Amino acid sequence: MKKVISKSFWVDKDVEQLIGELLRYGVMIASIIVLLGGIICLYQQGQLTVPSRHTFTGEGASYTTVKGIINGVRNLNAPDIIQLGVLAVIATPILRIAFSLVAFVVEKDKLYVFITLLVLCVMLFSMFSGLKV
Amino acid sequence: MTTLVFCIILLAGAYLAGLVGSLTGLGGGVVIIPLLTLIFHIDIRYAIGAALLASIATSSGAASAYVKEGITNIRLGMFLEIATTIGAVVGALIAVYTPTNTIAIMFGSILIFSAAMTLRKKNQEALAEGSKLSYLLKLNNSYPTKEGNVEYKLKNVGAGFSIMAVAGVLSGLLGIGSGALKVLAMDSTMRIPFKVSTTTSNFMIGVTAAASAVVYLQRGYMDPGLAFPVILGVLGGAFTGSKLLTRIDPKALRLIFCLAITFVAVEMIYNGYNHKF
Repeated sequence: MKKVISKSFWVDKDVEQLIGELLRYGVMIASIIVLLGGIICLYQQGQLTVPSRHTFTGEGASYTTVKGIINGVRNLNAPDIIQLGVLAVIATPILRIAFSLVAFVVEKDKLYVFITLLVLCVMLFSMFSGLKV
Repeated sequence: MTTLVFCIILLAGAYLAGLVGSLTGLGGGVVIIPLLTLIFHIDIRYAIGAALLASIATSSGAASAYVKEGITNIRLGMFLEIATTIGAVVGALIAVYTPTNTIAIMFGSILIFSAAMTLRKKNQEALAEGSKLSYLLKLNNSYPTKEGNVEYKLKNVGAGFSIMAVAGVLSGLLGIGSGALKVLAMDSTMRIPFKVSTTTSNFMIGVTAAASAVVYLQRGYMDPGLAFPVILGVLGGAFTGSKLLTRIDPKALRLIFCLAITFVAVEMIYNGYNHKF
């Protein structure tokens, strides 16, 4: 871990390569989780009739909050495992921004540290503000 | 219909969506919404949630390769993401107050626009002289080609930024990556070579879609029963598409696909107009 903090690590490895790898691993991990949850889901409910989605009712708190999803995963609730994968899908590009931020800090590119922080703030705003109408 | 049968059909449909989407450059999300609403009669809000996830997953998957090749302009992407993410959050906010049939009509119009954009002539040449702002923001860059590295400059930064904000709003409102608008902003307005525009657009789609996906998740638009077949299907299709892309000539395919997309778009607009959503 010590190596990651040093500047030479970032310069040697080329940040663009690292960002590419982060995106790929993010997608891979997310799809493995989704696949796992999906298989369990089909095993448990595969023979049941498809629930109607003709009208929009919205998902309950157990699928829409991090707390609810983690709780469900602990109880091995299959749809919650899929939702964990959904969280991983959404988190990958957000992590990519955080990652770019570190890269620009190391490069001492003040302008782009500011720009990246701005984008990160917008993402945090949509996560934590009262957007839940 | 049992859940198992439903999942298998949707998985196959999503696979096709990802395959054709990646071969034509329109992305899987665009096909997912008509598939879910017109064929499975699923509420358009669930379809938007699923399409957003499909867009993010394909963007991350494809972007990883382009970034490695050094074609993507990361600084440009980062700078324009200010506009697209703010737009996406605004779009997701106004989506609550927008009737679903209006969303369907807008979606149909964007589909026709995207199809037309795919068929148009592309900007290949690199600008030798950029605008002041492009130097100030360090947006000028180079990209590798068969003939070696090509330097390019860009202009109309403000106009490109504004189009990106609109692309963001539409992305948040309709649940798509709005890649066609992003490419328009970079390729036609900022005069960036087409290869850089498409790859940078792809790179940005994930972040733009994630900005509104967070809002949609909290609102209950993300249905795990749909997310499972859609994410896996689209990813598998996009992966196959990227392997096929080097071996086939997508010109004819693009033309057929654009005709099909236009047909679907007209149906979406017609249904939206008659309040069938």
